Amino acid sequence: MGLKTEEIVLNMGPQHPSTHGVLRLIVELDGELVVDVKPIIGYLHRCFEKHCEFLTYPQIVPYTDRMDYLASMYNNFGYVLAVEKLAGIQVPERVEYIRVIMGELQRIASHLIALGTYGLDIGAFTPFLYLFRDREKILDLFEMTCGARLLYNYMWVGGVSHDIPDEFVPATKKFIKEFRPTIKELNELLTYNKIFVERTANVGILPAETAINYGVTGPSLRGSGVKWDVRKDDPYSIYDRFDFDIPVGEGKMGTVGDSWDRYYVRVLEIEQSLRIIEQAIDKIPPGDVHEAVPKRVKVPKGSVYARVENPKGELGYFIISEGKNNPARVKVRPPSFVNLSVLGELSRGHLVADLIAILGSLDIVLGEIDR
Amino acid sequence: MTNLYDSLTEILGSQILAYVIGAALPLIFVLLFVVVAVYLERKVSGHMQDRLGPMRVGWHGVLQTIADLVKLLQKEDIIADGADKKLFNLAPALVFIGSYAAYAAIPFSGAFVGTGTDLGLFYIAAVSGLVVAGLLLAGWASDNKYSLYGALRTAAQIVSYEIPTAIIIIVMAMLAGTLSLHEFSEMQTSSFWNWWILGGPVAATSGIGKVILIPFMVAAFIIMYISTLAEVNRTPFDLPEAESELISGYHTEYSGMKFAFFFLAEYANMFAVSAIIATVFFGGYQSPIGYLGNSLGIPGLIPFEQFFWFASKGIFFVFVQMWLRWTLPRVRIDQLMVLCWKYLIPYAVTILIFVGLITIL
Repeated sequence: MGLKTEEIVLNMGPQHPSTHGVLRLIVELDGELVVDVKPIIGYLHRCFEKHCEFLTYPQIVPYTDRMDYLASMYNNFGYVLAVEKLAGIQVPERVEYIRVIMGELQRIASHLIALGTYGLDIGAFTPFLYLFRDREKILDLFEMTCGARLLYNYMWVGGVSHDIPDEFVPATKKFIKEFRPTIKELNELLTYNKIFVERTANVGILPAETAINYGVTGPSLRGSGVKWDVRKDDPYSIYDRFDFDIPVGEGKMGTVGDSWDRYYVRVLEIEQSLRIIEQAIDKIPPGDVHEAVPKRVKVPKGSVYARVENPKGELGYFIISEGKNNPARVKVRPPSFVNLSVLGELSRGHLVADLIAILGSLDIVLGEIDR
Repeated sequence: MTNLYDSLTEILGSQILAYVIGAALPLIFVLLFVVVAVYLERKVSGHMQDRLGPMRVGWHGVLQTIADLVKLLQKEDIIADGADKKLFNLAPALVFIGSYAAYAAIPFSGAFVGTGTDLGLFYIAAVSGLVVAGLLLAGWASDNKYSLYGALRTAAQIVSYEIPTAIIIIVMAMLAGTLSLHEFSEMQTSSFWNWWILGGPVAATSGIGKVILIPFMVAAFIIMYISTLAEVNRTPFDLPEAESELISGYHTEYSGMKFAFFFLAEYANMFAVSAIIATVFFGGYQSPIGYLGNSLGIPGLIPFEQFFWFASKGIFFVFVQMWLRWTLPRVRIDQLMVLCWKYLIPYAVTILIFVGLITIL
């Protein structure tokens, strides 16, 4: 027929309930079908990398907090590892254990938000609040230790800011005991819910090859069945001492690499993190956490790249030093930024509702993408 | 039993005045219900989610809805520049009229039956079409892409789900021999064994036929409940206002009192469909266990008891709607259509055929 039709260009964001921050998506739609998606970023740009060039090494730590603000501990972790590697600082055993425990608690907290907000994207409101309730308990543990609940500035070059209080170990054990059953509750309420499975299985299938080509890391890569985890494949800190598995997507509900797999890998990773904490919590050796903290961080000339397995993926810090008090250049490899790049590829040909489901399954944080 | 209109006419001495008051009474009920239901929704969701819900305004937050209503009244009434003003203003009125008109045929108790028209169910199915028109207008007039998407989804959804509802209505009309909700209620009197969900009044069907009917009636009830859920846009079928995709769907651009009207209409609709289901399958205003008024010898008490049972049944089904909303995720537009056209309609037609055969035999 001679009826003229055209695609609708829908401007999603920067203020939109489910773009997970100030992300703007220019979506071309043919009815409800997505023809093309262009993410526009930069609304949260704070010149993090440029700032670093004018700050001393310890002063940068609080700035790293503000990148992936849902996993601040791990941002600290990556940064201090990079500086310690370059400066050749050996931290005490006690610090290593505390860092791993804090890092894994942070991973659980971050995954809880990822799963909860994912449920919210699909339209299930209640699991979100259940998971936030549990995350609250982790934040209480952090608050008990360093006084902060979101942006910790906890890990310092050569140590940590505060030693763990006496009640930390029993409180953590109590948390693990109380928290385990709630994963089962989540699975019953959301993971295996028929509507949820229908909405996420076979949606946004990311083949392993595409994932690797785009540089996708973290749970999104493992959801595609690739067993890659920096903690195992390039161990840092003391991760080689613990026994834990790397869960990968198996296509249990649909095809390997669909949104449900990415979601489920996160559920399984929570359990593995709990295992690591359980192994570490009883072995914390005595010592002084400030022992290796230098009065002035002196970093020799040179460059270093250190990477850690952030809850969202591989977080890398590239630091160039000219031997001064401040670094000459700090470059961050943010996992969310790289993972977001695959969005267009994944959502073409899907429905609008699927676009939200796919974006949610990538678990991005705009604070880190824009820096 | 004396009819409320007749008593009102006698007292006031004017038939027109009595009708005006009679027509306004459900409005009072609806407004009261909305105040209670919004509070209930928040409390129910709160307790389901390990929260307390509203706690600050009044005892356990009972005045929260009133406070919100006052806030909505004070809000600036914004009309977007590109909006079609006339249609934009007309839409909320149309939506509310559509949902409120349904109350004309709903019998609240033996003494207060609205119009008591013979075409009750048919009339309700017809006037609820007005709601679709209102929603479409709202989406179109807002000049907002999200609103438009929401409106088109609503139209597709409501029109599709009216079909299984209509088929079940045909089934029930075939069995009961009436479309009047008042007669439906009167038929299922004296005990819950006479409810249609349990095969209907013993008098109307022979003993064995009644037992055979039960599974069909349960299936019919489930189909009708699911499709009415979709018709009032509640989770898991709340696609028209799917927050995570479409912000608020067709009422994205509305603020203040106009928004309140959509809200009012949504809750009025929730109760209306619950009341229809309660009336068709669960005896309407009839008590399941007999009346206190009869045993005490005070016949004046019976209408109030009936109203109590009617409101309780309605609110129970509203509660189930809330329960579902806070438990289930949202389906996708294609899954919604698949559920309707591939499952509900064929099952409904099957029920129609079998019930037809049973009635003939």
